[in-house]
Amino acid sequence: MKILVCISSVPDTTTKISFTNNSTEFDKSGVQFVINPNDEFGLTKALQLKEANPGSTVSVIHVGSATSDPIIRKALAIGADDAIRINTEAVDALQVANEISVYVKANPFDLIITGKESIDHNGAIVPHALAEILGIPSVSPCIGLEIDGTLAKLTGIVDGGKEEFSASLPVVVGGQKGIVEERDLRIPNMRGIMQARSKPLNIVTASGSASSQKIANFDAPTPKAACKMVDANNMEELVNLLQNEAKVI
Amino acid sequence: MKNPFLNNEHELIRQSIREFAEKEIAPLAYQLDRDEKFSPYLTKRMGEMGLFGMCIPQEYGGQGLDSLSFIIALEEIARVDSSQAGILSVHNSLGIDPIFNLGTQEQKEKYLSDLCSGNQIWAFALTEPNSGSDSRNSITKAEDIGEYWKINGSKTFITNGNTSITRGVTLQTVTGINNGKKEFSTIIVEKGTKGFSAETIHDKMMWRATNTSQLYFNDCLVPKENILGSKGNGSKIMLKSLDSGKLGISAIGVGLAQGAYEMALNYAKNRKQFGKSISNHQAISFKLADMHMKIELARTMLYKACWLKDNNQRFSIEAAMCKLYSSEIAKEVADEAVQIHGGYGLIKEYPIERFYRDQRMLQIGEGTSEIQRIIISKYIGCITK
Ligand SMILES: Cc1cc2nc3c(=O)[nH]c(=O)nc-3n(C[C@H](O)[C@H](O)[C@H](O)COP(=O)(O)OP(=O)(O)OC[C@H]3O[C@@H](n4cnc5c(N)ncnc54)[C@H](O)[C@@H]3O)c2cc1C
Repeated sequence: MKILVCISSVPDTTTKISFTNNSTEFDKSGVQFVINPNDEFGLTKALQLKEANPGSTVSVIHVGSATSDPIIRKALAIGADDAIRINTEAVDALQVANEISVYVKANPFDLIITGKESIDHNGAIVPHALAEILGIPSVSPCIGLEIDGTLAKLTGIVDGGKEEFSASLPVVVGGQKGIVEERDLRIPNMRGIMQARSKPLNIVTASGSASSQKIANFDAPTPKAACKMVDANNMEELVNLLQNEAKVI
Repeated sequence: MKNPFLNNEHELIRQSIREFAEKEIAPLAYQLDRDEKFSPYLTKRMGEMGLFGMCIPQEYGGQGLDSLSFIIALEEIARVDSSQAGILSVHNSLGIDPIFNLGTQEQKEKYLSDLCSGNQIWAFALTEPNSGSDSRNSITKAEDIGEYWKINGSKTFITNGNTSITRGVTLQTVTGINNGKKEFSTIIVEKGTKGFSAETIHDKMMWRATNTSQLYFNDCLVPKENILGSKGNGSKIMLKSLDSGKLGISAIGVGLAQGAYEMALNYAKNRKQFGKSISNHQAISFKLADMHMKIELARTMLYKACWLKDNNQRFSIEAAMCKLYSSEIAKEVADEAVQIHGGYGLIKEYPIERFYRDQRMLQIGEGTSEIQRIIISKYIGCITK
């Protein structure tokens, strides 16, 4: 089985977000970038499937510039066999899906795993758009994935419940926590880091897919106001604060 | 802060080991310290992470990384627990490296793969009850009796010397007298050899999850081929190993200080007194600023020394300065970190208490601060014979 895992590079979850250039760009200076956590769950699942199905390979693909190479090397150190970087700035979801689809049409895979969304823009578009362009089924968010021959058994989420699907490969799967658990995530060991040095990272010229999105400007949410604690027995003060300070009653 | 000595791979190594240390070592550190327990499990896990033999080639079970990578590993382990960092430092710098650098092909094949996997660990025995800083005063002797060395004497304060997974020890011995000067040689003695026994030293103040032991040799016979390197080369081997060992202790100092500083900073931001976070009181913020600065300086000097080592240049003086400076700032940083924690810093529930005790090792082990100052004084021409 040939598995492709799409990884995006996102600011570390503890990053303090700020903007530059008249609030039209995210300020990347001093920011630590990591593999999008949803993609890391997917990558771990891909490695488990590879181990359970001898002869399988796991490739990772990323649309972005050379500044993302460290996260690609990390994916290789965790255990992916090779990597592809489509050499262009990732601007919006449709452009990313288009770029990946061009590569996949020329280099078919049996299973394509993305994250259900990146934790920076939370668009949740790439898995569905990619499947649509390729004309294959997709399930995202996906919290269960088993492969039985050429059939994928998939568990999706619906409000208040789960959905079970089966689909013939190839499919696109948008992973998140649940596809594997947190404890299954792998820390690269020194051997993996050394091996990653010599694994192929193929830089591919972008097809030039147009982006349809333009950022007018970014706004940070207003910071949460400080929280006041009121003693559980002090009803009078609570009412007073709600009425006179918060002015909600 | 970007450091010019580091590349992307070093950063990945740091991230990975930090994650490992936080997930696997931190949850066990308190209990191992309290119970004074060496953990074969964590040693095995460090082996599986590839931390043993980081700088020796893969064909012997190592990883073939540079010494800066190993230093980063030590820093990150010490950032959560000095005991595990101590085990790692001694096992690599004084156990594995000398066997790799000086061992015969047979010795390397015999020992290195189990030592790198973390299935077994190794000790390095130099210190004796009556010879610490003055290591040339040691008297444990090995007599050439034909096919064997006959060893008599004792060693003390030996890290990794008496655990359930100790495979053996590299022993500093006197093998003769030439022109009135002692001749030193290092000899490999395997655990279980007749005449070799060990006893654990208990009730240590620091590094409580490491094993420290006393070793006894009573007409202990080991085969002649167990010599490491050549006869009479013992002092050289010891000095060379200790130079690398000093970089290791320096890394533990930087890592410990980093951990203590982070705890103090976090505490200071959250603890409110007189209506604001104590980090807003200048007396506290200046302490934290100094801590941050000292760590950055110690780390940069340490990376420079590693760069010299990785580029095959002399680094003895730099190693002495790193060892001295890092261990002293570790003391200052841990002390101020306790101060910032107030009364809570004196309670074991807060890990800073353990850090405060653990830092005390660093100014004594692998050459005391005074001995480092002697080395530096000689280098700058102060002490003439
Ligand atoms: C937990 C632990 C683990 C250890 N692990 C090992 C190990 O694995 N292998 C090993 O061989 N050893 C090990 N040691 C021993 C350690 O290296 C020695 O303790 C250290 O070298 C100091 O020797 P000493 O304790 O005999 O002190 P001493 O040499 O007696 O020194 C006492 C004091 O006198 C000072 N002093 C001595 N000479 C001079 C001088 N000329 N000028 C000025 N001041 C001087 C010293 O700096 C010190 O302050 C370990 C020690 C400890 C505590």
